Amino acid sequence: MAYALEMRGITKSYFGNTVLKGVDIAVKSGEIHALVGENGAGKSTLMNILFGMPVIHNTGGFEGEIIVDGQKVEITSPIDAMNLGIGMVHQEFMLLPGFTVTENIKLNRELGRPNIVSRILGKKFELLDMDQMAKDSRQALDKLGVDIDEWLPIAGLPVGYMQFVEIAREIDKSNMRILVFDEPTAVLTEAEAELFLRAIKRLAESGLAILFISHRLDEVVGVAHEVTVLRDGEVVGHLPGSEARVDKLAELMVGRKVERPALPPRKKEPSDDDIILEIRDLSVDMPGERLSGFNLKVRRGEIIGIGGLAGHGKVGLANGIMGLYPSSGTVLKDGEELPLNNPKEALRRGFAFVSEDRRGVGLLLDESIENNIAFTSSQIQNRFLRQRLPLESLQVRDNQAVRQYALEAIKNLDIRCQGPEQPVRRLSGGNQQKVCLARALALSPEILFASEPTRGIDVGAKSLVLDLLVRFNRELGMTVIMTSSELAELRMICDRIAIVYQGRLVGILSPDASDVEYGLMMAGKKRAEVS
Amino acid sequence: MKTQTAVLPRQRGMDVSLFKKNAVPLLFLVLCVLGVMVSGMDARFLVYEVLTRFARNSFLVLALLIPVSAGLGLNFAITVGAMAGQIAVIIITHYQIKGLAGLAWAMLLSVPFAVVMGYLAGMVMNRAKGREMITSMILGFFANGLYQLVFLFLVGTVIPMKNRSMMLPEGVGLRNTIDLWGISRALDNLWRINIGGIWVPLGTLALIALLCVVLHYFMRTRLGQEMRAVGQDRHIAEVAGIDVDRIRIIAMIFSTVLAAWGQLIFLQNISTLNTYNSHEQVGTFAVAALLVGGATATRASIWQAMVGLLLFHTLFVVSPQAGQALFGIPQIGEYFRVFVAYGVIAVALALHSWQRRSR
Repeated sequence: MAYALEMRGITKSYFGNTVLKGVDIAVKSGEIHALVGENGAGKSTLMNILFGMPVIHNTGGFEGEIIVDGQKVEITSPIDAMNLGIGMVHQEFMLLPGFTVTENIKLNRELGRPNIVSRILGKKFELLDMDQMAKDSRQALDKLGVDIDEWLPIAGLPVGYMQFVEIAREIDKSNMRILVFDEPTAVLTEAEAELFLRAIKRLAESGLAILFISHRLDEVVGVAHEVTVLRDGEVVGHLPGSEARVDKLAELMVGRKVERPALPPRKKEPSDDDIILEIRDLSVDMPGERLSGFNLKVRRGEIIGIGGLAGHGKVGLANGIMGLYPSSGTVLKDGEELPLNNPKEALRRGFAFVSEDRRGVGLLLDESIENNIAFTSSQIQNRFLRQRLPLESLQVRDNQAVRQYALEAIKNLDIRCQGPEQPVRRLSGGNQQKVCLARALALSPEILFASEPTRGIDVGAKSLVLDLLVRFNRELGMTVIMTSSELAELRMICDRIAIVYQGRLVGILSPDASDVEYGLMMAGKKRAEVS
Repeated sequence: MKTQTAVLPRQRGMDVSLFKKNAVPLLFLVLCVLGVMVSGMDARFLVYEVLTRFARNSFLVLALLIPVSAGLGLNFAITVGAMAGQIAVIIITHYQIKGLAGLAWAMLLSVPFAVVMGYLAGMVMNRAKGREMITSMILGFFANGLYQLVFLFLVGTVIPMKNRSMMLPEGVGLRNTIDLWGISRALDNLWRINIGGIWVPLGTLALIALLCVVLHYFMRTRLGQEMRAVGQDRHIAEVAGIDVDRIRIIAMIFSTVLAAWGQLIFLQNISTLNTYNSHEQVGTFAVAALLVGGATATRASIWQAMVGLLLFHTLFVVSPQAGQALFGIPQIGEYFRVFVAYGVIAVALALHSWQRRSR
C-alpha cells in the first residue's frame, strides 16, 4: 500500500548546528504512526518542516523531500500544508473561549449565505449560516464519537472536551488526510486520555493517516501501528507497534554511548553517614513538572543527578526547594527544617540555584555582568556593600569590590566578554550560563542546584559548564544537585543519578548502570537499587 | 421537597449574578431616580431634553461598538471621526448647500476624510497592540493639533476661502463659532410628531434604529465574525488564517466613518459649530455613556449603548438642578456630572486592566 505521507532524508541545521540528520518517516492511510523522542530530539523541527513554518525558511530551508500520496510536494507555508490535507492538533488549544463549539470548529471557514449587500461588497458581507455550520460540526463530533453540545460556548468546557473540539475542527476540513497530534494527552486526565485514544483509533479506521507525537510511552504502545524513535535529530529505531515495549522505547530514546572521563579524586568520598539534605514527601505544584511525594537523601559533597523524562517533575525539585513554585512537605538541611515557599530563606541557608530558565529567572538581561554576579549576594548576604552612614539600611554598593570580584570571576570561569560592564543580554548562551554560575558562586553556597545547566548552549560550552560544576564540587566541596534531560551528561559527572517518574523517585542508579536499566526506570519500572 | 431545595439555591445564585452583571447601570438608575426626585424637574421638560440628547448622541456612541468587538477597546479616537464630519460641514457651509441636501452632501464628503483618518488611526493602533485605548486618546489630541493648524493658520493663507463670513476678521483662520443655519435641524425636522406636547424627531430616531439593525446584522456576517474572533484572541485568529491587522484597520475605518456621521447629526441638532471645540469632548462623553450602560472595554452591546445613553443624559440633564436644590449651588451639580463622566471611565479602565491581568 502506498504511503499517505513520506518524509525522506530530512536534514536541517540552524546556524551550523545540525538538529535533524537524514530523517525518514512514512505514514500509511488508516494507520497511527507514533513519533517519540526526548525534548530536543528534533520532533518539533520535523513538524515545522512538514507545515512549512516560516522559522524553517527564514533559517535557510532544509534538505530532503516530502511526498504526499506518491507525489513530491513543496510546502513553503502552513497554507500549503492545509491545502494538501495536512492538519495539526496543537498542544496548546487554539480555541476562542467566547465562541461556541460550532463557531470554533468553523473558525475562518464559516459558511455564508449571499445577500444584496454581499453581492455588491463581496463575500465578507455574507450572513453566516449558523444552522448549517452547526450541522457540519455535529457530524465532525459524531465521527469522533463524542457527545458535546455544538451550541455550548468553549469557556467552561472541561479541558478534554476542548481537545475534541480542536480535533473536530481539523476533521471538518473536507480534504483532511493526514492529521498530526502534538503531545495531545499532555493536559488530559487519565479518563479523558483514554477517551481520546479511542477517538483517534476511530479516526484511523475511517482512513486518515495519523502522526502521533508523544513522550508518554505507555500510550504509544497501546495505540500505535508503527513507532519511530528520534534521538539527537536521528532516527534510532523504527519498529512495528506489536514489537514496541515501553522499556525498549525508553532505552532507544535516551540511550547513548558515553565515555565517563576520569574525575579528580576527593579526600573523602561522600557516604550515607553524612547527609546534608533530606527531602521527605515533597510536593511541588509547578505546571508541567509536578512533583508529588518525593523523597531523597543527598550526601554531603556529592554530585547527584536528577533524571527522568520531560514532564515527570525532575525540574520541579529545585524550583520547589528554592521557593519559586508552591510546595509542601519536609526539607531538612543538616537536620534543620527549611521553611518552604521562601526563596530568601533558602538562599540564606546556603542554597544557590542556577535556573533552567536562564533568560527569564536566571539573569537581569539588561544589567551588566558585574551587577548580575553581585546582585543576589548583596541582597542576601550584604556582600559587596559599604557602610558610610551609621544606619545599616543606608549601605551603598561597594563598586570597587564588585568590580574586583567580577574580574576574578571572568578570569576564573573564562567568561568571554568585552568587560564586566557589558549587559548580559548580548552574551552567548554559554557565557550567560557562566555568569549564572558566577553569581551562585558569589553566595558561597553549600548546596548548588543546577537545573538543565547546559540547555541551549553549544557543545564546546557544554563541557566547560560541566567542568565548572566538577571544579566547584572538588575544590570547594560544594554539594551539587544537577537536573538534566541529557542523561549522558548526568552520567559523565554525577556520583549517583536519581530517576523521577510521575512526580516520585523511582530509584537511584550508578552512572555506569546499563542503558536498559535507565530505560526501564525512566518508564517507571523499579529494579534493584544501587547502593 | 427534595427537588425544591435543589432548585432554590441555584435560582438565587442566578439572581445575584444578574444583579452583579448589571451593577453599573443599576447604580446609575438609582442615581438618576434620586436626581429626578431631588431636582423636582418638570417631567415633560425632562423627557424632551433626554430625548433630544439621545437622538443627538446615539450615533457617536454606536460608533464605539465595532472597535470594542474587534478588541481595540474603547476608541477615544472617534474625535478624529468627529473632525472629519466637521471638515465636511465646513465645506458645505462654505458652498452654502442647504437643508437635507446639505446634510446628505456633508455625510458623503465626510466619508473620504474619515476613511483616510481611520486607516491611519488603524495603522497606529496596530503598532500599539495592547495599549490601544491610551493610544487612541492621545491620537485624538494629536489630531486636534493638526486640525487647529489647518483651520487656524492654513485657511486663508494656503487654502483659499471666499466665504468671509466664516472667517476671522484678519482673513486668516476660521471663526470660533460658525452658524450652521443652512442645515439646522435638517434631519430632526424631516419627520417629527408631537406626542403629548413633546416634539419627537422621528427621522433621526429612525436613522438610529436603522444603524442598530445594520450593526446587529453586520456582526453576523463573515467580516463581523472575523472581528469578534480577532477581538477575543489575536494569536488564535492569526493561526486560523485571519489577517488580524487588516481586520483591525477595517474596524477603525468603520468606527471613524460612523463617528463622522454621528458628529453631523449632532451638529445639525445644535445648529452651531464651535470650530475648535465641538469635537473635543466627543470621545470622552460617548465612552462614558457606553460604560454607564454596563459595557466594558472588551464587551459592548447595542442595548448597553441605548441604556447608557438614556441614563447618562438623564443624569446630565438633572444634575445642575439637583445641585441647586440640594446645596443651593448649580455648580455642584455641574461639577458632579463632569465627575461622573470621568469617574466612570477611570473605574471602567481600572477594572479592565485588572481583569486582563487576572487572566
